[in-house]
Amino acid sequence: MGFFERLLKIDRRIIFTLIGIAIALPLFFNVSMFVETTPVVKGVYEVVESLPEGSKVLVSFDYDPGSMPELQPMAESFFRHCFSRNLKVIIMGLWPQGPLQANWALDVILNEPDIKAKNLRYGVNYVNLGYTAGNEVVILRMGSNIHAAFPADYYGTPLDDLPIMKGIRNFNNIDFVYNLSAGYPGTMEWVQFAADRFHAVLGAGNTAVQAPLMYPYANTGQLVGILGGMKGAAEYEVLADRPARGVRYMFSQGIAHAVVIFFVILGNVAYFATG
Amino acid sequence: MRREVPLLITAIVGLTLIVVYFVPHPPFSDLRDLFSDWFGVIAAFAIYLGILSLLKINVDKVYRKKSGWGFSIVTIMGFLLFVSVGLYEGSDFGEYGTSYYYLYDRIYYPLMATMFAILAFFIGSASYRAFRARNLEATVLLLAAFFVMLGRVPIGYYLTSWLPEGFRMGSLADWIMDYPQTAGQRAVMIGIALGIVSTSLRVILGIERTFLGGE
Repeated sequence: MGFFERLLKIDRRIIFTLIGIAIALPLFFNVSMFVETTPVVKGVYEVVESLPEGSKVLVSFDYDPGSMPELQPMAESFFRHCFSRNLKVIIMGLWPQGPLQANWALDVILNEPDIKAKNLRYGVNYVNLGYTAGNEVVILRMGSNIHAAFPADYYGTPLDDLPIMKGIRNFNNIDFVYNLSAGYPGTMEWVQFAADRFHAVLGAGNTAVQAPLMYPYANTGQLVGILGGMKGAAEYEVLADRPARGVRYMFSQGIAHAVVIFFVILGNVAYFATG
Repeated sequence: MRREVPLLITAIVGLTLIVVYFVPHPPFSDLRDLFSDWFGVIAAFAIYLGILSLLKINVDKVYRKKSGWGFSIVTIMGFLLFVSVGLYEGSDFGEYGTSYYYLYDRIYYPLMATMFAILAFFIGSASYRAFRARNLEATVLLLAAFFVMLGRVPIGYYLTSWLPEGFRMGSLADWIMDYPQTAGQRAVMIGIALGIVSTSLRVILGIERTFLGGE
């Protein structure tokens, strides 16, 4: 058996090991890399920048811990941006784990010195409405009455008792909707029901696998922008001038992509060499 | 009656929701809200149905000692642990410092993250074994993947930063995502949408009845 035949039949455990090293090793180095920003990410950033102080932003957490590496940095950078601009944040989830993911992101951001100094209060500056079963029908119900879809918040407090919810009835009273999604229900349902049906201004953060599916919506303006995968999170951090986890993980992701490309080239060389 | 009543309910709800899309005013909008609330109740009950199904399948597997029954024990124990701790802690179950939070942070999160992370290894292995330039279409796909994968990370920028703006790896990746990729996705989405419309009409009109089960 020649060299290239042996190369074609390489034990996949060797590939697994190399991939593992390529991903894990760079995480131990704090290498700052240049991150190019793209128009689709700028779209979300610019809408948030354009909102006046006190505007209401609805953030839907539609993912679970499996997608945390990609979506949690997006959530954190978005919260940071909103709070630094004194926007009011309303959190909800179409996935049962979503509201808990939101609390994790809040724990991080609310303890950052500049945000902590603002002395933000639950129920006044931000609120977590929790999860309601019903997938896209929840969005449909919110279109006529948010209070009917979420009678109480995550902790059981009636919505009418929360100052932040005063004057909010449906999407007409929400200035921007931001959806963090890893599948169904997610961005597609928000586009179909909140954006198309009720004309909500919508932006999204998706996993890298899901983001390409949403590009048609960004091209038509149904989405003001998309953050795709960890690169999207890194771009947002760069735009907000607050590099954090997204930017830091770019080194690891870059090396991992390069190793996969190396394998593709190697596989093709061996394939053609063996006829 | 067991078939006619569900068919009638489906037809009334389906037709009302179509009408309300074009006439979003009372009484249709009120009916939409009513049906949405009913759906919420049914969806909540579906969670209990899911729980019962999960327990039935796994208890049965353990009882009959079917292949992999040990995993079913883990599933049942995990379910009981999370539910009992969650119920014990009440509405504050997700708060930092609670036992549920600890379980979520130390068990659920690492398990889910591991499941998702395994993808990276399979992508690496699959890209080596299956991503071959066997014909023109495969070569185009391979080249697109090459430019997008490198263009989406800073390495792509460093490799081509000496080129003028618009010719760099990142610009090429953006172009692929914005035009050929979007065109392909749009075609797929339109096809799916037409399929959904046709299936929905068949269900509403009672032509498609497989959702009722039975024969």
